[in-house]
Amino acid sequence: MASHPDDQSSTKASALPIHIQGLTKKYGRMYALNNVDLEVRSGEFLTLLGPSGSGKTTLLMAIAGFNRPDAGSIRFADTEMILTPPHRRNVGMVFQSYALFPHMTVAENIAFPLKLRGTGAEETAQRVADALATVQLSDLGERGIDQLSGGQRQRVALARAFVFRPRILLMDEPLSALDKKLREQMQIELKHLHEQLGVTTVYVTHDQREALTMSDRIAVINDGKLAQVDTPHAIYNRPVNRFVADFIGESSMLPLTRDDTGKLYFEDHLIATDYQTETGKDYALLVRPERLFMIGDETVDADKTITFSGKVREFVFQGETAFALTSISDTHDLSFRFGTDSSSSQDSMRPGDPVSLGLNRQDVIVIPQTSDQ
Amino acid sequence: MNTAIENEVDPGLPNENQLRSQGIREQRMLLSLATPAFLMIVAIILIPVGWLFYLSFIGGDGQFSLEHYRKMIEYKSYARVFVTTFQVSILTTLLCILIGYPLAYFLAMLPQRLAGFFMLAVLLPFWTSLLVRTYAWLVLLQKNGILNDFAISAGLWETPIKLVHNMTGTLIGMAHIMLPFLVLPLYGSMRKIERDMMHAAANLGASPIQSFWKIYFPLSLSGMVAGSLIVFVLCLGFYVTPAVLGGGRVVMVATQITAILENQFNWGAASALGVVLLVATIVILYLAGRFLKLDAALFGKH
Repeated sequence: MASHPDDQSSTKASALPIHIQGLTKKYGRMYALNNVDLEVRSGEFLTLLGPSGSGKTTLLMAIAGFNRPDAGSIRFADTEMILTPPHRRNVGMVFQSYALFPHMTVAENIAFPLKLRGTGAEETAQRVADALATVQLSDLGERGIDQLSGGQRQRVALARAFVFRPRILLMDEPLSALDKKLREQMQIELKHLHEQLGVTTVYVTHDQREALTMSDRIAVINDGKLAQVDTPHAIYNRPVNRFVADFIGESSMLPLTRDDTGKLYFEDHLIATDYQTETGKDYALLVRPERLFMIGDETVDADKTITFSGKVREFVFQGETAFALTSISDTHDLSFRFGTDSSSSQDSMRPGDPVSLGLNRQDVIVIPQTSDQ
Repeated sequence: MNTAIENEVDPGLPNENQLRSQGIREQRMLLSLATPAFLMIVAIILIPVGWLFYLSFIGGDGQFSLEHYRKMIEYKSYARVFVTTFQVSILTTLLCILIGYPLAYFLAMLPQRLAGFFMLAVLLPFWTSLLVRTYAWLVLLQKNGILNDFAISAGLWETPIKLVHNMTGTLIGMAHIMLPFLVLPLYGSMRKIERDMMHAAANLGASPIQSFWKIYFPLSLSGMVAGSLIVFVLCLGFYVTPAVLGGGRVVMVATQITAILENQFNWGAASALGVVLLVATIVILYLAGRFLKLDAALFGKH
């Protein structure tokens, strides 16, 4: 039985899955969205992550109904929504600019969606109070919008987006206007709120750290296409192509050569023996800087560890970690990041110092060199 | 010598005096930029208006007298002039809102570059002479004018309709001339309404009509109030258009002042009319400011 998204009979918010198929949107001759298929599971926190102009906001706007795609299907559960105007989609949305109404108080802003739905005065007051309490702004209901700080506006926008118990919540870079400390605090709060509301959430950001922190799954989007959709852990540890690897986290890439038996080498280092390769494709070794470790005089087991010897080219102390760019051959560098401590001699590394870096074989990530975006 | 320097400058805070005097010098230079404008206002507004104000209290015998103001209360024709003035100003303002709001909305919805082009259409008449535009309306609207000829040949009406030398003609001409004064501030305030604002309204469940009345209209109100006040105040003292298109039947204060000066050469009576109009305008602006948060509207604050 198709459940209609306008159905407000249940008092508890239940989540809806979103099925997107073949969604295409062109601006002129450029594809903002190119045949996108995406399943957002009921109740999950899915982040659309990509650089600016990748199509992530276009996709979110299409779900909200603010743009008209050229083709495709967007279903909430079993109901086709692609032709439904935005005011009948019943999804909550937090805007990057917050879009709070400046001629209304905080409480009036939050009551706005309830009034439109004909909610009684008493229930409206109760739900506005509950929403304000949820975002910890109980005392500010009578304030004007211009009397609020950035963080407070963010919370009001959030309260307004969930007060009418939508079963889908969309957020368009809601934290980008906040300073770093507040942003990190709000990331945790948003995550808790999502757990509390249990609502299907689609979150847009270009900040990979934010995506890794908050998401159940991340959809990496580039040039109007989905590059990879997976858990933060999988996206970080098993990127499917160079774009994803580059965009998320720091990385160094080393080109690999293949011998007749299918073994992969970087110069004379054996990297992988059992990796499934296709002929005609080039592969690269992806090294996460923090997976490297320094090798002193101790001997290492070559079956478990690959050793790269080189010279420090640049060294930067950054507080909790330090970063060393190390040249391991004439043309290739490795980024090396390590934790610092006050007594460590490592934080006095100088350019020109010789260094040996180890990489455990279990941390080897092989990706196709030519990214098929 | 040595001690004097030590007294002026605290050795712990180098260059304190020099920096302070540099700051003062900069402020003075900035202030001096306003001097020509200030002198101009004194020379061409404060002094003449003060002089007229003085004249309005001088009777026919050269002594202090309130006779000009008394006459204004005694003679009904004066009251009629003021009623007409306010009537024309209010109706013109309403007409401008009626025509200007949809126009400004249309412009605000267009992409910026296209809006600039259409804005030219609003501004172009603005750059041609007031007198030319007024007489152009006379040509269009008069008894054997283009509009009547066209309507009769098209069978819309039988005999020529009187469209000019009356209130109708005056309002048509005034509304046309005043329109840009309303559209410009209104367009400005509409441009400031973010698209996200309307998206948010729709997202929260407001139909397009609800979005307009509950969000868009209130947010554009500041520009509309500013524009309306400018139009209204300009209308109060308007001379050319009512004089030409009103054909002597629509007598506003400015027209009356000219008539008094031409017929009676009575500076005192003419000044008194001017003073009353000025005072009435100030009172209206003050009241509007009290009720409509005028400063926000005129200075573009939200």
